[in-house]
Amino acid sequence: MAKGSAPAVKAPWESAEIVKYFTNSACWLLPHPPTVFSFAAHTMAVTTQPFEQPDTLAKTQTALQHLAAGNSGATDLLGEKLILNMGPSHPATHGVLRLVLEMDGEFITKATPDVGYLHRGDEKIAENMTYNQFVPYTDRLDYLAPLANNVAYAMAVEKLMGWELPPRGQAIRVICCELARISSHLLGLGAFAMDTGAMTVFLYTFTEREKIYNLCEVISGARFTTSYTRIGGMTRDLQAPFFPMVNKFLDEFIPSLDEVDALLSRNRIFVDRTKDVGVITKEDAISYGLTGPNLRGSGVDHDLRKKHPYLGYEKYDFDVPIGSAGDCYDRYLCRVEEMRQSVKILRQVLETLPSGPITVSDPKNLPPPKTSVMTKMEELIHHFILHTEGLKAPVGEVYFGAENPKGELGFYINSKGGGVPHRLKIRAPSFVNLSILPKILPGHLMSDVVAILGSLDFVMGESDR
Amino acid sequence: MDFLNDIPWMLIAASLAKTLFLIFGVVLPIVSYTVYAERRVSALIQDRLGPNRTGFPISLFGFEKDLQLFLGGLGQPVADAMKFLLKEEFTPAHVNKFYFWLAPVLAMVPALSTLAVLPFGNFLFGQKMVVADVNVGILYVFAVASVGVYGIVLAGWSSNSKYPFLGSIRASSQMISYELSLGLSAVPVLMIIGNLNLSEAIQYQIDNGWLLLPFTDGKLTLRELFLWIPVFVSFIIFTISMFAETNRLPFDLPESETELVAGYHTEYSAMKFALFFLGEYAAMIAGSSIIVVLFLGGWHVPFLPINTLESSTTPAGIALGFLHITAFFAKVVGILIFFIWVRWTLPRFRFDQLMKLGWLYLFEIALVNIFITAAILAWVK
Repeated sequence: MAKGSAPAVKAPWESAEIVKYFTNSACWLLPHPPTVFSFAAHTMAVTTQPFEQPDTLAKTQTALQHLAAGNSGATDLLGEKLILNMGPSHPATHGVLRLVLEMDGEFITKATPDVGYLHRGDEKIAENMTYNQFVPYTDRLDYLAPLANNVAYAMAVEKLMGWELPPRGQAIRVICCELARISSHLLGLGAFAMDTGAMTVFLYTFTEREKIYNLCEVISGARFTTSYTRIGGMTRDLQAPFFPMVNKFLDEFIPSLDEVDALLSRNRIFVDRTKDVGVITKEDAISYGLTGPNLRGSGVDHDLRKKHPYLGYEKYDFDVPIGSAGDCYDRYLCRVEEMRQSVKILRQVLETLPSGPITVSDPKNLPPPKTSVMTKMEELIHHFILHTEGLKAPVGEVYFGAENPKGELGFYINSKGGGVPHRLKIRAPSFVNLSILPKILPGHLMSDVVAILGSLDFVMGESDR
Repeated sequence: MDFLNDIPWMLIAASLAKTLFLIFGVVLPIVSYTVYAERRVSALIQDRLGPNRTGFPISLFGFEKDLQLFLGGLGQPVADAMKFLLKEEFTPAHVNKFYFWLAPVLAMVPALSTLAVLPFGNFLFGQKMVVADVNVGILYVFAVASVGVYGIVLAGWSSNSKYPFLGSIRASSQMISYELSLGLSAVPVLMIIGNLNLSEAIQYQIDNGWLLLPFTDGKLTLRELFLWIPVFVSFIIFTISMFAETNRLPFDLPESETELVAGYHTEYSAMKFALFFLGEYAAMIAGSSIIVVLFLGGWHVPFLPINTLESSTTPAGIALGFLHITAFFAKVVGILIFFIWVRWTLPRFRFDQLMKLGWLYLFEIALVNIFITAAILAWVK
């Protein structure tokens, strides 16, 4: 994108006008030393900020001026609104999302999300390192499903290289993706329940997630930042102890999910809190580019695993749950059902796991085995060149989108050849999913905001990247 | 110096002793151990352990190991209290200091004051086990308990901050709304008992069986069976309203930590926060005590003899007196565990749903319930 082509964007709350009515209005509702608390005025600290409190006439004039200036909105209520800053550090914003809420009583009249508090510049960082060196950065995108991010990134670069993994490699990646999906949805579910007040569910889901972390440890050696994939394969094959562990997990997981289901799905309070709340219509979901369970909750049958199968997903028998109303409850149900389908996929993969190599056979672009590096000069040189210069990637551009737990995680790579991308763009599903907030939040109550945020299940590491 | 003789010194001394025993000997320990129970029971519900290793630090006094009793972790409330006392007493610069300091007091005092009229036992050492045996007992309880809302409203108001402010608005409307159904649901009980004195309420239940379990006097008449229906409805409404009055989940909107950070006490720290925290538990104990007195026979243990004023100084009478006190607090603890159990099971209501439940359902049902009770009292002999 050409620099400076976009006009300078000013956030609405930065404009002088809103600051003015923030100072003029919102604080009328709060104690005011000279007028409200004259009794205790002498005890007020000197740092208290005195605010102007105009009378009715002045208020009317302000409102008329506001209207005359061509502004729309409920100007008669202008003086009665409260600007509430929610986040970036707030228990319900799941990280560092900041929402500037304009409220009329408990009703939201306007919501402005403010993202970027967790911006690390991952896309720029990617331009300064070889393809394999970027894998650990993908762990930190959606840090609730690092395995799936590793896979999505590796798949994108492999698409650029024109590689296809052997069957065993693909099956292992499916296992990674589906474990990551369960892990991410469990947290999304638990956090959603906690936002609506049911804290116990959160701990139940965390017990299960802990088992998935154990599995991650057996798969990759790390529990959280797995960095399991490499371009063209994985760091290592699945270890023997993995299989009994994963089977035990799958056996225990479904009863545990049923328990969570029993606690929430037909709980009257929970249903009241989530049904017909935060409704996203089919059209809105598509036009705002939502993906993942948030899109399917609105009744759009779109799952990349079905529409553009990758990793051999077409071989497995599974269903894609679709919502109807597009409210928080449907999104919740979609996630619960997706976890059940993931278990179904995992069982099929484990049954039909092929044997054979897990990496592509392109000896020029893959590190040689360690034993030969230590004994042969040519292999040592090859090892050295590969790890300093990177792969020999062709010139060109690719986009690969994977169906990640949160939605479509896409990597666009523009390569001018060599081991380093010229430009790497990450299409983060959480970022896109958050864009609908200003559309759906107004008209809801303060308590609905946390329910909606919980049901959208975003993660700021990915949104801000 | 004649007027000195007119002052009932014995009565004052006895009341003082009873107050000290009740507040410092029983209720405050129960408050701190309810906090401990909350953590252990929630841990039990959530497949965790909870605080299980804080003993009493007798190793400070030369012993080899700290004292670990029963489950372990029983020293936790002591450690918590020490922490609250030793933390910095921070008052933000933007608050209204007078009300900011007044609010925690107003949260704690009414909850403890309601205990004055609650008969927590029968007789012991020639004394009736109630601090003030007044004939407007239940009215006094409602009147004093309703002052508790000021603590929360003032806390939110004086904090001069938006989250506490929203929390206190919710609290004031919630508590005022639910006081209606709370009061109305108690009316059928009072109609049946025919007295506002809480000691008399217990006496009625000794004679006729507990209101909620009418067979505890050994017989079940048709009238009791008919009256059980409105009593049960009253009990449900009363308990639900008590949850709302004490701001417990599913009605903990004033605090709702995932929405309003910490609600009305966001700006509070150290002992001032502890007063809100303990005030909530003290209010729970007061509420549970009222439920026990009105519906579960107070200190009465069915099928056991009851001591009298005369016999309460004999060894058997003293044993019975202590048994009654224990029975009362055992029932209270049972209700408290129920409070905790509900809290860790249910999600939270939304503000409008809470209002709808209070005004459209509980209020109406409680009102109709009064007429049904009156009809049964009039026609079923």
